[in-house]
Amino acid sequence: MSQKVLLNAKEVNIILHRLACQLIEKHNNFENTVLIGLQPRGIFLAERINKILKEDYKVKNVQLGHLDITFFRDDFRRGDKPLEANKTNINFLVENKTIVFIDDVLHTGRSIRAALTAIQSFGRPHEIELLTLIDRRFSRHLPIQPDYRGRQVDVINHERVKVNWVENDGEDSVYLINK
Amino acid sequence: MSELSVNHLLGIKYLNKRDIQLIFETADHFKEVINRPIKKVPSLRDITIANLFFENSTRTRLSFELAEKRLSADVINFSSAQSSVKKGETLIDTVNNILSMKVDMVVMRHPNPGAGVFLSKHVNASIVNAGDGAHEHPTQALLDSYSIREKLGEVKGKKIVIVGDILHSRVALSNIFALQLQGAQVMVCGPKTLIPKYIDKLGVKVESDLRKALNWCDVANMLRVQNERMDISYFPSTREYTQQFGVNKALLDSLDKEITIMHPGPINRGVEITSDVADSKQSIILEQVQNGVAIRMAVIYLLASKIKH
Repeated sequence: MSQKVLLNAKEVNIILHRLACQLIEKHNNFENTVLIGLQPRGIFLAERINKILKEDYKVKNVQLGHLDITFFRDDFRRGDKPLEANKTNINFLVENKTIVFIDDVLHTGRSIRAALTAIQSFGRPHEIELLTLIDRRFSRHLPIQPDYRGRQVDVINHERVKVNWVENDGEDSVYLINK
Repeated sequence: MSELSVNHLLGIKYLNKRDIQLIFETADHFKEVINRPIKKVPSLRDITIANLFFENSTRTRLSFELAEKRLSADVINFSSAQSSVKKGETLIDTVNNILSMKVDMVVMRHPNPGAGVFLSKHVNASIVNAGDGAHEHPTQALLDSYSIREKLGEVKGKKIVIVGDILHSRVALSNIFALQLQGAQVMVCGPKTLIPKYIDKLGVKVESDLRKALNWCDVANMLRVQNERMDISYFPSTREYTQQFGVNKALLDSLDKEITIMHPGPINRGVEITSDVADSKQSIILEQVQNGVAIRMAVIYLLASKIKH
């Protein structure tokens, strides 16, 4: 197994600030916008963006939720491993809101498809956007594209992109892992 | 990894501690789901479940059916009262006929102990035991423990007394297994005629004085007197039973501490507990019913994930 650094801590930091600025450009004071981090790995990115918006850019009203898509996935009983659920934590209404889904890596697009179904249980949003740190090009199974992307990468099928966060993995970095 | 150690839920006896933990963790997620504006997930949309009730039931049957529908499974219902069982069809024949209609899972209640185990050996489907005679009622025990965990934080180290008709109760047996597996202390209390002879071999305490039992416990699980299973008289009169083993508000208030009251339903109000106890703050009877749906969703989901595609 070999691995290569795609982004180091400094680069991740610059990209996160750029993404936060792009969100502000579009959503102003976040009056009618909510951020939804997708479980399990998207929540770290969502928390980080949320922190940058609040602390560095003094945006006050950012609402952040966590959405688990396990029960909405289309590969139940198809994989070798059983699907493990995580916590959903959305304590606000999404009716008529603009939602920004936040996930670390966009690959086949199937997780986002599941998230689009899952979020309907919480109301009818006005609009849904997608923010991802890494966009794996040419790997989509569904017609889904990000509205905000950190970095676009070309990755062949048997390679994997792993995003690490200080809170969870000890460092901010993105690796390309060759299995 | 998160998978049950069994392919059927036939009784608590066949589960291990990790299984119960996994069912509870999964039920936590489903409890959140059933409190959403839209209470349904599409996980089991390609699974068909048959609910076979060879014995009467309201709560369990509705709870299972709701759990299945909340998971988007297709559901067929069967009750022996209006079926060919009355014409003399055997259990295996009945079930195999239903399975040939491409059913993946069977939820069964049956008056004979061991009916679920028997069926699991002869048919090709996941079996969930929804009560077999006076043997086991595993989902009830799971939801009881889950409700205790929710109310008191954990089950381990807690003292639970099961009061009433232990002899005819599948709820009592499943509860004893489930509570002991999680490290709780269990006591049974009731008229001597309704306590099985060798129950102490299961490692439970036996007490015939209700006041002593209630003063010892953190939680009292009040069972119904199962008149329909009694072929002979086990106590002189209902009134005498109530005087010795019924819980009323005055008794509850006179205890040293505030205990939690549970009941698996249906309640005979005024027999095993009075109305003011059933409706008091100390009672978690309706929470048990709500948790029943989440627990059954978890059990069905976890078993379904083991059915290979």
